[in-house]
Amino acid sequence: MSRYRIPGMGRVDPAAPVSFTFDGRRYTGLRGDTVASALLANGVHLMGRSFKYHRPRGPISAGSEEPNALIGTSRGPGRFEPNTRATVQELRQGLVTESQNKWPRLSFDIGAVNDRAYMLFSAGFYYKTFMWPRSFWDKVYEPFIRAAAGLGKSPTEADPDTYASRYLHTDVLVVGGGAAGIAAALAAAQSGAKVTLVDENPEMGGALLSDPSVRIDGRGSWAWLADQLSQLRAAGVTLMTRTTAIGYYHQNMVGLVERLTDHLDQPPQDAPRERMWRVRARQVILAQGALEKPLVFDGNDRPGVMLAGAAQTYLNRYGVKVGDNAAVVTCHDSAYYAAFDLVDAGGRVAVIVDTRDQVRPDLADAARSRDIQLLTGHTVTATGGRLRISSIRVNPVRNGRVGSGRRISCDALLVSGGWTPSLHLFSHTKGSLTWDADSQTFLPRHKTEACQIAGAGRGLWGYAEVLADGVTAGMAAITEIGRSAVATSARVEGDRPGTGSSQKELPTDRSAGKARAFVDYQNDVTAKDIRLAVREGMRSIEHVKRYTTNGMATDQGKMSNINGLMIAADALGKEPPQVGLTTFRPPYTPTSFGAFAGYHRGATFELTRKTPIDPWAEAHGAVFEPVSLWRRAWYFPRPGEDMHQAVARECRATRASVGIFDASTLGKIEVAGPDAVEFMNRMYTNPWTKLPPGRCRYGLLLGEDGFIRDDGVIGRMSPDLFHVTTTTGGAARVLNMMEDYLQTEWPDLNVWLTSTTEQWATIALNGPNARKVLEPLVEGLDLSDAAFPHMSVAECSVAGLPARLFRLSFTGELGFEINVPARHGLTLWNALMESGKAYDICPYGTETMHVLRAEKGYIIVGQDTDGTVTPQDAGLGWAIGKAKADFVGKRSLSRPDIVDPNRKQLVGLLTEDGSRLEEGAQIVLDPNQDVPMKMAGHVTSSYASDALGRPIAMAVITGGHGRMGETVHIPMPQGTIRAQITSTNFYDPDGERLKA
Amino acid sequence: MQRFSAMSLLKNALTGHKNWREQWPDSQPKAEYDVVIVGAGGHGLGAAYYLAKEHGITNVAVIDKGWLGGGNTGRNTTIIRSNYLYDESARLYDHALDLWENLSQDLNYNVMYSKRGVMMLAHNVHDVQSFQRHIHANRLNGVDNRWLTKEEAKAFCPPLNISPDARYPVMGAALQMRAGTARHDAVAWGYARAAAARGVDIIQNCPVIAIRRGADGAVEGVDTAKGFIRAKKVAVSAAGNTSVVMDSAGVRMPLESYPLQALVSEPVKPIFPCVVMSNTVHAYISQSDKGELVIGSGTDQYTSYSQRGGLPLIEHTVAAICEVFPIFNRMRMLRKWGGIVDVTPDRSAILGKTPVKGLYVNCGWGTGGFKATPGAAHTLAWTVARDEPHPINAPFTLERFTTGRLIDEAAAAAVAH
Amino acid sequence: MLLIHCPYCDETLPEVEFAYAGEAHIARPADPSALTDEEWRDYLFIRTNARGPHYERWRHVHGCGRFFNALRDTVTDRFVTTYRIDEPRPVLTPLEAAE
Repeated sequence: MSRYRIPGMGRVDPAAPVSFTFDGRRYTGLRGDTVASALLANGVHLMGRSFKYHRPRGPISAGSEEPNALIGTSRGPGRFEPNTRATVQELRQGLVTESQNKWPRLSFDIGAVNDRAYMLFSAGFYYKTFMWPRSFWDKVYEPFIRAAAGLGKSPTEADPDTYASRYLHTDVLVVGGGAAGIAAALAAAQSGAKVTLVDENPEMGGALLSDPSVRIDGRGSWAWLADQLSQLRAAGVTLMTRTTAIGYYHQNMVGLVERLTDHLDQPPQDAPRERMWRVRARQVILAQGALEKPLVFDGNDRPGVMLAGAAQTYLNRYGVKVGDNAAVVTCHDSAYYAAFDLVDAGGRVAVIVDTRDQVRPDLADAARSRDIQLLTGHTVTATGGRLRISSIRVNPVRNGRVGSGRRISCDALLVSGGWTPSLHLFSHTKGSLTWDADSQTFLPRHKTEACQIAGAGRGLWGYAEVLADGVTAGMAAITEIGRSAVATSARVEGDRPGTGSSQKELPTDRSAGKARAFVDYQNDVTAKDIRLAVREGMRSIEHVKRYTTNGMATDQGKMSNINGLMIAADALGKEPPQVGLTTFRPPYTPTSFGAFAGYHRGATFELTRKTPIDPWAEAHGAVFEPVSLWRRAWYFPRPGEDMHQAVARECRATRASVGIFDASTLGKIEVAGPDAVEFMNRMYTNPWTKLPPGRCRYGLLLGEDGFIRDDGVIGRMSPDLFHVTTTTGGAARVLNMMEDYLQTEWPDLNVWLTSTTEQWATIALNGPNARKVLEPLVEGLDLSDAAFPHMSVAECSVAGLPARLFRLSFTGELGFEINVPARHGLTLWNALMESGKAYDICPYGTETMHVLRAEKGYIIVGQDTDGTVTPQDAGLGWAIGKAKADFVGKRSLSRPDIVDPNRKQLVGLLTEDGSRLEEGAQIVLDPNQDVPMKMAGHVTSSYASDALGRPIAMAVITGGHGRMGETVHIPMPQGTIRAQITSTNFYDPDGERLKA
Repeated sequence: MQRFSAMSLLKNALTGHKNWREQWPDSQPKAEYDVVIVGAGGHGLGAAYYLAKEHGITNVAVIDKGWLGGGNTGRNTTIIRSNYLYDESARLYDHALDLWENLSQDLNYNVMYSKRGVMMLAHNVHDVQSFQRHIHANRLNGVDNRWLTKEEAKAFCPPLNISPDARYPVMGAALQMRAGTARHDAVAWGYARAAAARGVDIIQNCPVIAIRRGADGAVEGVDTAKGFIRAKKVAVSAAGNTSVVMDSAGVRMPLESYPLQALVSEPVKPIFPCVVMSNTVHAYISQSDKGELVIGSGTDQYTSYSQRGGLPLIEHTVAAICEVFPIFNRMRMLRKWGGIVDVTPDRSAILGKTPVKGLYVNCGWGTGGFKATPGAAHTLAWTVARDEPHPINAPFTLERFTTGRLIDEAAAAAVAH
Repeated sequence: MLLIHCPYCDETLPEVEFAYAGEAHIARPADPSALTDEEWRDYLFIRTNARGPHYERWRHVHGCGRFFNALRDTVTDRFVTTYRIDEPRPVLTPLEAAE
């Protein structure tokens, strides 16, 4: 048995030793221990170093509010996490832990030299220096500051664990499984409501777990607790432990994180490590209890100094004595019970120092009966010891004057500065708080969500009061949701009621400027830092917090906010509420990124859309590129080919014979109804009235601002049915835009819109032999140029499949696009490949598609346009129905800047030296200017053209349409390139090949 | 003004820091000022500072409904860069960068401008084209920005995942080396201290009720919770609340206010040397001098003044960061918070004169206001002092929404940080 | 995450099913060509951006697909009501306005 373990005490299992290491040394604890309790059982208090001064620190708490005892924890490769609270991490076999922020070792840390120079490192010191000489900031000062940053080390490997997420709907969610929460849950459950009770600890019970001597309904508190939990289970209440309510969001949504495996010796294979619950509750009951505050005095951070309530928890819950000879300093009654429990368990308490002049007689008697020296009206002005407290200096205080001090030996100091309700979740809702002058705490006031607050979380103290309040909250919650139950009550014996005062720094007889009285332990913020901030003009608590970093440590101010506020208020001569309370922000305790990411990792980070042809492309060695949510075949390299070679071959094959391309990602929208043509006329720039069924047309869609939003070929299937295609990335946006106008502006139009993107597989055949490949497979349609000319559409059968067949071209070659139901896509592809064998049919990818279309000057919306390009700019003025009175965006086209002849306009570019321009390269008219240069435009598309035997480019250039034949200049880092402005129609300008 | 220096720090350390004076007084409003600036964030305080320093106009009040620096100045993720696409934007942000370079010395307040480099990741061909366009435009504008291969990007930022198997594989990156971060609070405090030292009154906790205009339509002053304050010139620099304030002067704005959330992790030892942004996965990240990973993304979808924001966006943001930097999956989020950003239709700011005589506005920065702080403040001061546009802020007019001469940074980048 | 009542589905559902669609009751002018550039700008770009009750549009994009209107307080994010696109703008009761 470890030196400080008391046999027979605690809820740990003495028959189940658990072995773990801390900084390489092996220790043994018991099943049920935390790392902190196990180390304390072994007499180890020194567990960490503080942030700024590297001061030695031990655990001050026994819970998730711990600022000091932060350790690295690991379970093998990829499973390391820094800054784990030793007070929360449950022991498991083989757990490896290490201390942080020290070098070379925890007991001897070179960084502690900062502590010697602490006078320099006052609040905000870095704002005042490191400015001279200026060059030193980048090279010397900043790297130095950054190197000192942080506590633990970041993980360096990818996390092999998985994380889950779930939704949960419940009538009543109770946060906090202490006395109030249990009473509330049971009261609510008796109404038949669906109740969920959650607690961040491994077991329910809250403070009851640390108070076994209290008797409720004639039983010991632990027996009562066990009975209540079985009643809860019997009533169907969902009990979730190791589950932290991290945030309280709009309309009663509470985020919970359930930790599933970190406590297990051997997690089940593939079990998620944590699970995020998004709970929607009709009523939320916040029973989060209260947090004990430390006292602020010189040397209050030495290992061995601990909250009294924490010492009581270590004793009763873990059977661990935090020292052989403890001292207590308090301003609240609760610390007396901790002292009494310690003595009753066979420990020794040398002294209780109470800052109050008066103390409840029964407590004084009880102390005397245990041989505890009681010093009321006293203060603690110093502590002794280095890596562990060895003494305290105690002084009397009379009428505000501090008398002379004397030393009292101790190896642990239990402190209590009173309690503050845990209002974090309530604050997330923007609920307002009120300052209670009697208890010197903030209490919840105005609620913004459907919630109740119960127990110590609203300032109550003592089990009788808290239990009754829990019942009241539970009843209130079910009343709100229209249910009822009979309220019960509990009888409490040996209750531990208490009151206390609230303190700023403890009075001292020493120079206040010398005192190292810590408010925020982790960030090393002292009382005098806060007073300095106020002296320097920081009048709001937000300024004080930011200037000193008080409350910004990983405990998020749970230990420090109220103490800091009391001191700042005192320095300002104001009441605390006038100085304000900093906002509590989610999450309640630090929460794994993995829990937020949930399933959204790797391949499931975002879904990948694949076409029906995708398996074929993958099997045939396609290189893919991501395009919006799709992955598309980019090119199909043959062995030994690089991208350039593959694309050149694919281009050549298509222009020479026939190429096949998977165009299934194109957006497709069915516009149907008697008013379909009117709708099309209003949406698109083009005229549609005279387009006969069986014909198609290039459609151009603008935003109301007049800029190009989308384009695509649109076929009129029948008088009241249009088959609209959109760009791959624009499909959802275009449909949304159409729906918007149809539903909200023109509800009188009788039109139906249906997305059919996923319903059709679309395969493009292009090349002089395209018809020869297709014809044998087509039934019910004459494919000859006379019968089915360019820009025709028809329904027919292809390879025995029902198809919509377009004759159109995005390559300048004879082209067809065959749409078949998606499930037949691969069948059609294979049939075309088979039929095309005789013509050396060549599958090509998006890159070849881009090259072929650029040779014809066809634009890609989003590449050759960028949201500032009008139809005229793009040379697409011909696509505007001149006779139409209105269409979306028309009015904007007559705005002064839009009709400016010097707008950037799309043109072709051919370099004089035959080099290929870089896409995005900027163009100037005058190459002989200094930087910053006046730019005239940029290259939007640029490719090596196999057909032309030279590179081609498209560009937008100021007044470009009026500059045909002019020379422009493209200044590159290696030199300026000259290029001639041309038409964008580089290949077969008369379109003879289309008409083949 | 009490000078800050290593020497003064040492001297004060020896006297227990008892002799530091307040950095700015808590002023009460006078009856009249030459200029009243609404909004005591970095932009408003900065404008007051430059009015006093460069234009000799010291009878200036900066008024705020809350504490100075309590809005977006104190809530942003502190990224500073100038590699914007359009000439107008690049000039403005680069002007700001020039001022950032000397701001600590100028203000005698270390704002910790850290030139650690901002790297923007390209995940698809469209990103590559867009970034190349930025890089070439920046080069000809004299703005530093260069292309990195994915291997170079990985070398510059070792936690980066460049596996081709990633859902959004990294294809390369654009790096602006001169870009980085600064300490946001220090910017507000430094400007406040330096402005106050030149005679500017900083009036906190004084909500503006309305801007008052005379019979001739010109500005007469502002009605506030502390009474009427007379001023012939009023500059509104109220970020998310600009619409409300301008509305009181009868000027309706092309603005919408959205929640913008950000978060930090627990602090860790230096692991992340630069700033990384990815518009495609929608997230950006840096590591603060305290060791926290500072993470942000785009706005929530609906307009709001609640400074709250929802969980789904945070979940996506964290997922995006873990996708690009899988080693951070076991890091823990310490806190998240929300601000209110005012967004224009073209995602560029409105900066300068308004149709109302004596009324000036500085707004519409969306998610990118912090980096512009010195540049916006500096040129706004010029415009207020001379009642004419500064060459750099001249394109950022309200009129552009009438003429169509937009500066559409949104068109080139999904998220204009 | 907001809960939003779709007036067409008559169900209250989480925000992720919906897409925000900007300020409500801004009708497209019947004859845009009759508008001055300033009037057209107002239609395109000028928004109330109300701090407080705000009339706005949402689309039940992952549900029925319908656009509808809502009255929401932009300070608390609380929905006062949602209503169909063809219904008139509801008037705030004095009590609701005071909230």
